[in-house]
Amino acid sequence: MNLTLQIWRQKNAKTKGKIVEYPIKDISPDMSFLEMLDVLNSQLITLGEEPVAFDHDCREGICGSCSLYINGEAHGPDRRVTTCQLHMRKFKDGDTIFIEPFRAKAFPVIKDLIVDRSAFDRIQHAGGFISVNTSGNTQDGNAIPISKHDADTAMDAATCIGCGACVATCKNSSAMLFVGAKVSQYALLPQGQVEATSRVENMVAQMDLEGFGNCTNTGACEIECPKGISLENIARMNRELMKASLK
Amino acid sequence: MGSNVTAAWKAHKRGAYFANPCYTQIHPTCIPVSGDHQSKLTLMSESLRNDSRIWVPKKLEDAKAIQNKTLKPTEITEENRDYFLERRYPAFGNLVPRDVASRAAKERCDAGFGVNATGEAVFLDFAAAIIRYGKEQAHIKGLDENDTEIIDKLGKDIVKSKYGNLFQMYEKIVDENPYETPMMIYPAVHYTMGGIWVDYNLQTTVPGLFAIGEANFSDHGANRLGASALMQGLADGYFVLPYTIGNYLSDDIRTGPISTDSKEFEEAEANVKKQVNHFIQNNGSKSVDYFHKKLGKIMWNKCGMARNEKDLKDAIREISELRNEFWKEVKVPGESNEFNEELAKAGRVADFLELGELFAKDALVREESAGGHFREEYQTKEGEAQRRKEFQFVSAWEYNGEPKDAKLHKENLTYKNIEVKERSYK
Repeated sequence: MNLTLQIWRQKNAKTKGKIVEYPIKDISPDMSFLEMLDVLNSQLITLGEEPVAFDHDCREGICGSCSLYINGEAHGPDRRVTTCQLHMRKFKDGDTIFIEPFRAKAFPVIKDLIVDRSAFDRIQHAGGFISVNTSGNTQDGNAIPISKHDADTAMDAATCIGCGACVATCKNSSAMLFVGAKVSQYALLPQGQVEATSRVENMVAQMDLEGFGNCTNTGACEIECPKGISLENIARMNRELMKASLK
Repeated sequence: MGSNVTAAWKAHKRGAYFANPCYTQIHPTCIPVSGDHQSKLTLMSESLRNDSRIWVPKKLEDAKAIQNKTLKPTEITEENRDYFLERRYPAFGNLVPRDVASRAAKERCDAGFGVNATGEAVFLDFAAAIIRYGKEQAHIKGLDENDTEIIDKLGKDIVKSKYGNLFQMYEKIVDENPYETPMMIYPAVHYTMGGIWVDYNLQTTVPGLFAIGEANFSDHGANRLGASALMQGLADGYFVLPYTIGNYLSDDIRTGPISTDSKEFEEAEANVKKQVNHFIQNNGSKSVDYFHKKLGKIMWNKCGMARNEKDLKDAIREISELRNEFWKEVKVPGESNEFNEELAKAGRVADFLELGELFAKDALVREESAGGHFREEYQTKEGEAQRRKEFQFVSAWEYNGEPKDAKLHKENLTYKNIEVKERSYK
């Protein structure tokens, strides 16, 4: 396949970025999108140009490192996949592909296609944990029965990999799907009840502080989420917040 | 670029012994190689082997036809299939340990029976499981147990509920529907059991430097213990270190902050700066990836699933040559004081190029077969790992400049309650 890539290049957070055109040839449809960028980068290095910086790590859809806004969609045209799981067979020979970073005020660009998503870490630090006694008299997990339905729903929420596609997709740059998933994975389990009140309050406060927008129920985040996190989690977060405010 | 080598390797270069580098776990159930571009041979879960049958064609001409895509796997009849694990290990069948399954797959592929274009893949087939589950479900639901359509649907539903996410992952990568045609798998490297040598308190040979979790070597022998990535982190962090580090800290806790105005600190800083400047200023002609891929090929071909003296000696020489070429010819674009992925990667690959050689050296010294280390010269008549009493020790390597000068220390292993035996899966 021969393609024309239109890639966002930006030296650092302070300089202005622009779209730069790169033609690329002989791409195999079996390559992943990131492997295609590897090929481009090795060509750029050989030519003495700077390679395109992009985030990646596990390359099997579980670490949440890769991002990219491809032809106007977070993680590209395929559904329920991260960019590393997107394959070139989803494109046609001769296509022009626009590649941009995830854009949001709370995700400043570091370089080219890499953005700073540490705002998510700070939201997690604010409440995404439980306290467990590890001094030797820890309660046996099997002694706390949990219904299959709750366990499954909590697990569904916990599959969020924190990639930020929800924020990039949302016209308000809202992080509510992420925060909703992180609140839900604990709110649904008995182990999460100890900090239930402070957790949701602190995480939502941190989310607002980071400059993420609000939810207007467009549902775009759910469609673009590589892990299929459901909007229900946002509703659950709002219910938890309401409950907390009455305590 | 992620790296779980660099921190451990830097500790090794500062005096921590490195233990058992040659023990490598190879997973039989990975996505096969499709081309040079591939950045990862994704591991499908080993759980897939619970419900599947592994096979290659019995006839060489069928294998050739499959490789050329003129024949479909579903067109090969039962009697023309070679379920090689079931044939060789009737008691354990498809559930033999990973190293055994991996070598058996390699043996068939080396003999020409591989089933993809590169000839390096075997089939992992769920058809029998779909029928078995389908019949079971039809029976439970009181439906016709002979209706193939019902059985097929019910069976696929069960397989989907058990392995749906893995099947989806496979379909995305390979673009084939594994419910309809068998998956293709091939062994790939998954884990290295070696790591920094530690004592029972998890302290390295550098006083005050503790290594916990996957960075150390302590929990595995030549075989990797299952689910150990999480287990080792938790066991070391929760249950061992809290009780052992206090002993060290009790003497050291009043030391206070350590000034950076020391000779050692300045020396370390100067070394890092020197390396960074070398990378940036070196006007080489080859990318970091070029060297990384080349090293990977050497390791896989000569220090992989099955090893022998000649290949290991070649590997040591080739890695050492590659390392020299790396320092002369590597090209790192960009600047040193900015976000620079290539620069970070160059530092990692520099470490891999040293570890790789020690790895091959350790494999050369260990003249026996054990778990994740198989020496072709040391195998039983049945092709199983041949243990040798004189090699019942942990190799702990001391850094002495170049990997070829590393010094071997042996920590002898004494077995009191268990008798050491050669494995048998007959």
